Amino acid sequence: MEIFKADVVIVGGGGAGLRAAIAVAETDPSLKIALVSKVYPMRSHTVAAEGGAAGVKKPTDSYEYHFHDTVGGGDWLCEQDVVEYFVRQAPIELTQLEHWGCPWSRTADGHVNVRAFGGMKIERTWFAADKSGFHILHTLFQTSMKYPSIKRFDEHFCVDLLEDEGRCQGVVVIEMGTGEFSMIEARSVIIATGGAGRVFRESTLGGIVTGDGMALAYRHGVALRDMEFVQYHPTCMPVTGLLFTEACRGEGGILVNKDGYRYLQDYGLGPLQDKPKNKYMELGPRDRLSQAFFFEQQKGRTIEHPTLGSVVHLDLRHLGEAYLRERLPLIYEMAETFMGLDPAKDPIPIRPGVHYTMGGIKVDGNCAASLKGLYAIGECASVGIHGANRLGSNSLTELLVFGKVAGVDAARNAKSLTPGKSASLLKQAEATEQRLLALKTKTGGTERISVIRKEMAQSMEDGCGIYRMENTMQATCDKLSELRQRFKNISIDDKSSVWNTDWLTAIELDYQLDVAQSMAHSAIKRKESRGAHQRLDGFELRDDVNYLKHSEAYYVAGDVPRIAYGDVKITTSQPAARVYGAAGEKADQERKGSHA
Amino acid sequence: MPDSQKIIEIEVLRYNPESDKEPHLEVYKVPFSDDMSVLQGAQYIKDHFDGSLTFRWSCRMAICGSCGMMINGIPKLSCETFLRDYYPNRIRIEAMANFPIEKDLVVDLSGFIEKLESIQPYIIPREPRSLDQGEYIQSPEQFNAYIQFTSCINCTLCYAACPQFGLNPDFIGPAAIALLHRYNMDSRDGAAAERMELVAAEEGVFNCSAVGYCSEVCPKHVDPANAVNINKTNAAKDYFLRFLSPKGGSK
Repeated sequence: MEIFKADVVIVGGGGAGLRAAIAVAETDPSLKIALVSKVYPMRSHTVAAEGGAAGVKKPTDSYEYHFHDTVGGGDWLCEQDVVEYFVRQAPIELTQLEHWGCPWSRTADGHVNVRAFGGMKIERTWFAADKSGFHILHTLFQTSMKYPSIKRFDEHFCVDLLEDEGRCQGVVVIEMGTGEFSMIEARSVIIATGGAGRVFRESTLGGIVTGDGMALAYRHGVALRDMEFVQYHPTCMPVTGLLFTEACRGEGGILVNKDGYRYLQDYGLGPLQDKPKNKYMELGPRDRLSQAFFFEQQKGRTIEHPTLGSVVHLDLRHLGEAYLRERLPLIYEMAETFMGLDPAKDPIPIRPGVHYTMGGIKVDGNCAASLKGLYAIGECASVGIHGANRLGSNSLTELLVFGKVAGVDAARNAKSLTPGKSASLLKQAEATEQRLLALKTKTGGTERISVIRKEMAQSMEDGCGIYRMENTMQATCDKLSELRQRFKNISIDDKSSVWNTDWLTAIELDYQLDVAQSMAHSAIKRKESRGAHQRLDGFELRDDVNYLKHSEAYYVAGDVPRIAYGDVKITTSQPAARVYGAAGEKADQERKGSHA
Repeated sequence: MPDSQKIIEIEVLRYNPESDKEPHLEVYKVPFSDDMSVLQGAQYIKDHFDGSLTFRWSCRMAICGSCGMMINGIPKLSCETFLRDYYPNRIRIEAMANFPIEKDLVVDLSGFIEKLESIQPYIIPREPRSLDQGEYIQSPEQFNAYIQFTSCINCTLCYAACPQFGLNPDFIGPAAIALLHRYNMDSRDGAAAERMELVAAEEGVFNCSAVGYCSEVCPKHVDPANAVNINKTNAAKDYFLRFLSPKGGSK
């Protein structure tokens, strides 16, 4: 097996991984960085983010506002000290990206422009038309080429972490083009593998979003925190789940039901507004909007489309073609290409789809996990800024802010340690190689990977959707246990070494089943409703007495996860009623009054 | 759900270097529905008939740039190309032209990545600026000068379309030149002169025979042919100005 000796290894070449790599390189150019990605970095799913990245920009805005929007938006399950750091760093990192060439959209006087987003009190979302993630990712990828100390392992798939003397000391990877295993030694290991939303059926996510890094850390004893909180984005293309950005609403798009009625006014987001008003109506948070769709469907007020199923309409027509082409060009093209309609002339049928994993690998404010030497950043991590519901445009900023934090601390950590014992690490790596080769070469299996994957995804949607109940969640937990057993009997058609995606997909499915279990078991144990975790079986209210807690799922070999609970860090924002629209404005006034 | 009454035949160029001497065509009968993309057709084959069928894909929405292939001989993104536009005829999918095939529809992109790296695709500041000075100011004119050339998703369809790249794999090619042009045209950047050497070099713009097919197949309307053309003019100008000034004529 080939051995590569690095100082810092980063698994994942999306926005977070690239930002971390650059931070390590800038902190100390003498450190050797290995950047591992199962796709060429510019294919990473950061590329698909559309709307933008949040950071205080306007003189009327403040860090305090961004903090309160985020903590309230997260239904008070955020780590408030981490959010405080995050909102202060946000504009610095977004400016840094501008210096690196990111083509942020601008005002007529040449400054960076900002747009409105759901749940945000003031416009603070920096955007590059509706391809913000694409531009952030390409800017970071291209900028990373400046640094000779970053050695990329493109199209390399990470299959294990290496641990010795209580520290994480490297990773095992498969070169996808050859099927060869290598070991990468490093004194700091950063996981930046993104989310896990593909465990659900209808999602906005790319095929690569399979929770790899979450499963790797979990199997090494690190907790997955708050995994029950899965975000449904309210405006997705039916069937495929492709995303119509929240910026559609930020720019003035409205949602109507089959009667042409702006139904959000019935769900605590009103009263009706003629013009977009922050934190009202369509500019409410994602969880509330997706939940409103669910009830519209229950009441029979959705549009029943022959092939698309139940939908409501996203109406952009009043914005006009010229404005839509300028601000939402990707959305325009997607509507034309994938749905055969013209958003300047036709309303767009949409429904909610799975979009984001709020939870992830439990890390502290330095992005360090409980396993020494291990860091996690971005969607795979739970650093604590999203709580029970992420606000749109906070996650792109998170990649930058915490990518840098992790990079700087990983560099410091690597410099403070001497290299580990290669022989011991190699032994582990070889054991992993044997285990995975056996998975590929074994014969006589009868289960198809695609069948297990589909059953898992359907079951997650049935049990862990927008609204949840004990019996359906239990059915999902049972189904996942069954699929875990059936996975042992899979058959892999492809026995070759070169580009064996059949085999790699099986390894991904193994990761997905672990992550799905952590979600379903965390969900069934949370007997309250908070943010994106909503129940309809007697636990409809938030219960701060018992559940103002982070869930922590721990891996148990051959069994279901063990669920424990951890404290939530509260600094200045005590839990309060989470209200939007006119009620939200009133609560804001009262809070100001009590501070006066 | 696919309507089981309708079937479309998908002919796939298969190649496994461990068992095949030459690439060969295989035909699969796939249940067809109106909303299925070519990518979904390929996924159906992999999921139901043969797990060894190999292709790259991810986002499904024409932004990650992974899923390019030849579809009836034309380079296209398979996620935004629909089977309905070919049904009831048989459709043929093959690996992107002009690249070495690694397996089935997967081609070797390492040469393209090296080209990207070679053009210094990052801001080399004309005037360094600290973060506390805030963002650079760019007028709408300055912004419009480069924004179109930022839209490249690196799908490499333009290379599959480029006859000159087919003849000379060292040609840095349409996408890389468009990206080079993107940085040269950015008011924040001051390294156009450095990049000019590559533009005018043996592997540079003068390989182009102005066929323009690259721009035709570009799914993001980047118009790389235009970028190449402008740089031919720039390089020629630069060449003549070198006689007048030892520093060359680039800005």
